[in-house]
Amino acid sequence: MLSATGRWLTGGPLWTLSPVIIFMVTFLALPLLLVILVSFFKRGTYGDINYVFTLENYIRMMDPLYLKILWVSLVISLATTVVCLLLGYPFAYFIARAPKKFRLLLLMLIVVPFWTNSLVRTYAWIILLRTEGVINTYLMQLGIIHQPLTMLYNQGSVLVGLVYTLFPFMILPLYASIEKLDSSYLEAAGDLGATPWQAFLRVTLPLTMPGIIAGSLLVFIPTLGYFFIPDLMGGSKTMLISNLIKNQFLTARDWPFGSALSIILIVITLVLIYAYIRVVGSKKDTEVF
Amino acid sequence: MNSAVFRWTSMVYSFLIYLFLYVPILILIVFSFNDSKLNAVWTGFTLKWYGKLLQNQGVLEATKNSLYVAFFSTVISTMIGTLAAVGMYRYSFKGKSVLDGLLYIPVVIPEIVLGVALLAFFVMIKMPLGLLTLVLAHITFSIPFVVVVVKARLEGFDRSLEEAAMDLGANQLQTFLKITFPVIFPGILAGALMALTLSLDDVIISFFVAGPSSTTLPLKVFSMVKFGVSPEINALSTILLLFVITIAVTAEKLRIKQEK
Repeated sequence: MLSATGRWLTGGPLWTLSPVIIFMVTFLALPLLLVILVSFFKRGTYGDINYVFTLENYIRMMDPLYLKILWVSLVISLATTVVCLLLGYPFAYFIARAPKKFRLLLLMLIVVPFWTNSLVRTYAWIILLRTEGVINTYLMQLGIIHQPLTMLYNQGSVLVGLVYTLFPFMILPLYASIEKLDSSYLEAAGDLGATPWQAFLRVTLPLTMPGIIAGSLLVFIPTLGYFFIPDLMGGSKTMLISNLIKNQFLTARDWPFGSALSIILIVITLVLIYAYIRVVGSKKDTEVF
Repeated sequence: MNSAVFRWTSMVYSFLIYLFLYVPILILIVFSFNDSKLNAVWTGFTLKWYGKLLQNQGVLEATKNSLYVAFFSTVISTMIGTLAAVGMYRYSFKGKSVLDGLLYIPVVIPEIVLGVALLAFFVMIKMPLGLLTLVLAHITFSIPFVVVVVKARLEGFDRSLEEAAMDLGANQLQTFLKITFPVIFPGILAGALMALTLSLDDVIISFFVAGPSSTTLPLKVFSMVKFGVSPEINALSTILLLFVITIAVTAEKLRIKQEK
């Protein structure tokens, strides 16, 4: 056995691993380093980059205008996470407790919309919610309302779009942790006199916490970057950090400021992942695949 | 809670969630067959919006681009990812955790960050934005998913088979092609299908690295939606949905089969 592995080791790691290393270093590590660098440069007069070290891109973020955008973005992302969790926890619980032969099918039914294009799903909600949309038209035909309701182009509709898009990311880790839960613990809690509610709070909730945290991260982090949902469902009133970054790169052509904003997203992500690893202590439950 | 009550509540609640997930998509599909342009009231069945798509040069061009990008990014990311999975599974080496971390990044950071980073990078090295930059970007975000899926398959692999082959005189390449490859093939296929759906669906990263003449299908949908709602978009979305769901369901079946 030793001789076999010994033979493999000569040159094996090289030809299996060098493609991935070369590729990921070139097209992932270098571009990310470049963003970090650019965030410390000045913007040139014509939207180019002036290679002079500066902190002004970061200082500019302290402007109340930008702080407010960052704050609103975080609040909307947090709200999306909370709504997904509240809707998703009972749901994941029911699936995990469904008869075994149905579980896979029920889970599959969650995964299928997850594979459909997120833009298409956003568009589906626009059809439903817009002023002359499906909901307004039918409510008016039924005589329930006489004026169309304004349901689109506000923060609420952005929230609906984000929840709809990211819901499955919450379900999968929740399901994984609830399914693993040994129901004899609950029986023991019951035998010892705990009410179902107490058993839930004291046993189920702590034991499924890794799933809750993993699901929350998987929802919270991507929401910060989905620029097309606020673009299409939020109207001009809703500016989030994702739109702001997009505008800096494509419209305003202020790449250094756009880069600095992207760094903020990276920092938020890293802090959350670090906290997750510290709290949960293993990467196992983040693996939804 | 009484168990019958629990069962009923859970069934009703789950049903409502499934409605929430599926009804918007179903309505979108239904209205792609609607005669009226209004997209809100059903007036009669038609296929004319699908016909219109076939005459829409921009849509046809975007379809061609999407298939081109998806094909190349799938093939290349599957090759790189499979090799990487084999290497990472088999060897321990210095910097393994760095590579792990590197593969973890595209999965966890908000996509927009990777999008702007690649845009800045391509502009900096003076690579014109177009199909090539799209393919390179799609390979980058697909590789980690291929690695995860193929590695999962390798976990259940009996290493002694390889050792037996080599003891019987097979060389490294023969062993890989005749033993390792057939065993992990379902994993590779599942990984490839995943890369394919990721590529066909991607909006955010493509948005930044596509050139003006290299629009993909999701980007085409995006620019059409910005101009307003029309049944043609419904038709295009329906095609995209059915296409990707077919691939994804196949991939999922493979994955479930290999887990058993």
